[in-house]
Amino acid sequence: MEDMLFYDRLQFAFTITFHYIFPQLTMGLSLMIVYFKWKYLRNKIEKYNNAAKFFMKIFAINFTMGVVTGIPMEFQFGTNWAKFSELTGGIIGQTLAMEGMFSFFLESSFLALFIFGEKLMGQKLHFLTGFLVFLGSWASGWFILATNAWMQHPVGYEILDNGKFVLDNFSALFTNPWLLPAFLHNQMASVVTSAFVMASIGAFYILRDKHSEYGRLFLKTGVIFGLISSVLVAFPTGDWNAKNVAKHQPGAFAAMEGIFETEDAGAEIVLIGQPNMVEKKLDNKIAVPNILSFLTYQEWHRQIPGMDQFEEDELPDNIPALYYSYHIMVGLGTIFIGVMALALFFLWRKKLYNMKSLLWTIMFLVPFPYIANITGWYTAELGRQPYLVYGLLRTSDGISPTVSSGNTLFTLLGFVALYMLLGLLFLVLVGKTINHGPTPQKH
Amino acid sequence: MEIFWYIAIGIVLTVFFILDGYDFGAGIIHLFFAKEEKDKEVITKSAGLFWDSNEVWLVAAGGMLFMAFPTFYASVFSGFYLPLIIVLWLIIFRAIGLEFRGQFKYQMWKDIWDKSFGVSSLLLALFFGIALGNIVRGVNLGSVENGVSAHEGHYFFLPLWDSSFSPLTDHPGVIDWFTIIIGLIAVVTLAIHGANWIILKTNSSINKKLKGVIFKLNIALATLTIFSLVVWQNVNPNSLDNFIHKPYLMLFPVIYLTGLIGLFFIKKIKKNSHAFLLSTLLILGGITSSLASLFPVILPSINNKHEDLTIYNTSASEYGLSVALIWGIIGFALIVVYFIIQKRLMSGKIDNMDYGH
Repeated sequence: MEDMLFYDRLQFAFTITFHYIFPQLTMGLSLMIVYFKWKYLRNKIEKYNNAAKFFMKIFAINFTMGVVTGIPMEFQFGTNWAKFSELTGGIIGQTLAMEGMFSFFLESSFLALFIFGEKLMGQKLHFLTGFLVFLGSWASGWFILATNAWMQHPVGYEILDNGKFVLDNFSALFTNPWLLPAFLHNQMASVVTSAFVMASIGAFYILRDKHSEYGRLFLKTGVIFGLISSVLVAFPTGDWNAKNVAKHQPGAFAAMEGIFETEDAGAEIVLIGQPNMVEKKLDNKIAVPNILSFLTYQEWHRQIPGMDQFEEDELPDNIPALYYSYHIMVGLGTIFIGVMALALFFLWRKKLYNMKSLLWTIMFLVPFPYIANITGWYTAELGRQPYLVYGLLRTSDGISPTVSSGNTLFTLLGFVALYMLLGLLFLVLVGKTINHGPTPQKH
Repeated sequence: MEIFWYIAIGIVLTVFFILDGYDFGAGIIHLFFAKEEKDKEVITKSAGLFWDSNEVWLVAAGGMLFMAFPTFYASVFSGFYLPLIIVLWLIIFRAIGLEFRGQFKYQMWKDIWDKSFGVSSLLLALFFGIALGNIVRGVNLGSVENGVSAHEGHYFFLPLWDSSFSPLTDHPGVIDWFTIIIGLIAVVTLAIHGANWIILKTNSSINKKLKGVIFKLNIALATLTIFSLVVWQNVNPNSLDNFIHKPYLMLFPVIYLTGLIGLFFIKKIKKNSHAFLLSTLLILGGITSSLASLFPVILPSINNKHEDLTIYNTSASEYGLSVALIWGIIGFALIVVYFIIQKRLMSGKIDNMDYGH
């Protein structure tokens, strides 16, 4: 039984991590493509149109990857989490089915039209199709976040005698206080990824002195979008989420922040330190007193409950992983703001395009927003443990009763092998597209 | 309300098989009949342009099933764990094949992805047919052994096969001789459908030959259909009850027969879209007849201990199904609009359409 739970969780974690490499880019990128297309409509400079079409190619590759790795996500609710599906399907089935209906059809239909239909439709309609792709991909984020928000902070339900959750109030699913902050935070984080990808491609073109006209455009656009979104991720959206966690999941909050013992005179904020689970303390800790109380409640001496206030089986089951995920996310987010602010400063002083060291830095920063996005999700998901539906349904009670651990291990290994191949091909394809560049092909 | 969602999901699933069916079929035809590079290219293109928007229908069907019949979703997806995950892998392989073949000009590269596309299309068609066969035949719900259930009455787990390969034992596997027959029917049907699609959408050099192929496949299909009907009654003794009690349901088998008989005249049919329509009828009639024969059961139990899963004992709450009705209608109307826009702009032959990145 223990084994079954472990492999089911591992397979879901692996497949969702790999899957989320792709949507986080497409959601942010669709916004930036709409921006390019809009600029082109206004100034009629061909460069902007080519930029939009170039990034739509990158979008399309990522979209395909998102589709083929996304179908297994939906299936796994049933294959590996059958009990969870049976008990909560009446509620989260709503939001997941709505995602299919309202976003995937929109996204896939108009993506095809955007790519193949420019000549047929004219520029205004072409802009509109781009906008609809953006709308579809953000709607998808909205429905997934609504699903997750319900699991983090269940609302609008009733529990029957047989343990089934039934829907009691449909609109509560979308007015859930957890949803809007989480959605905005997530979408801004996805703009960070796409902005860094764009800036990175721009820096690459400038450093290689190839397509450098586009390189400058991409870098500039990436830096501006990157700074705005990095700031918005931290404040107000990140702050807002942290306050939600402190309010609704205090045990998870203590574990995230690494507070083992409650301090009566206000909680310190930990900058560095490793959780030592044997002695229940942080090793080699660097912390600033009272800041956490202030950030969370705007009161210097407000008490924040530490992990000592909770029963062990109510606390997340992997505290170090949660703590590290959260600190990696926050740390990287801070670095992003710094680098992008610096880049914007030199852009304004008209020096950025010649600053090799900063260009190299931007180019190689590209994996890190992905890591920040994924560790952010780890924070949310590990923090919710040991529950699937917070406070109501334990993770161990959600797995498929009939699927043995051996079968899950087998399929997990299959997914690992297949996704390695997929990842390799993806990199080849994206590399090829970037290498070819945004200049239109001559027929 | 259950009936409404049952029909809605049935429609979405049927549309999925009609749409993605033609690109599965194109893959099967590609595997066996495309010899020249030019044909291979245009056939992969006829599938590659459309597969991802077609597979959205599968995602939609899955989501709706999850929402409306969560117990069925949980039971079937965990019970058919291995074949389902294999289907997922095949879907990925097929997609990779379609998306990557055109990326490099080396012949060997193209050959690899051609095979990936063709073989996974063939196996997917087979597996989807086998899946239908399993639903019709029923499973050992509750995994009953010697009168003792190992699980709750709506859970089960099926191995890929049982050593007897018979649908008539107490604990049949996913693959047995009956489900294989249904699997073959699916392969042949989709191959016909795919061939019609290729003729309709491309100017490939094998178009002429394909009409002969369709004719031969149709003979095979008629034989398999007759054979399956003979044994169907043994595998699921209640399969004719619905048709006897509600004769109007005979409409569905008639749809199937219309397609089957019509396709024998493939060489005389002038308009390619009419031929495509006939193979569409095959899929439509085949799926709806199978569903109609079971209704309201959606997964029969083959033991006496646990009752069949029906749309009534697996559904979500009445309130949930009613709100979903409202957004479902809005959503469906939007989909029809997108679909019309897309088909109007992308009609005609696709040979010269710019595909790839």
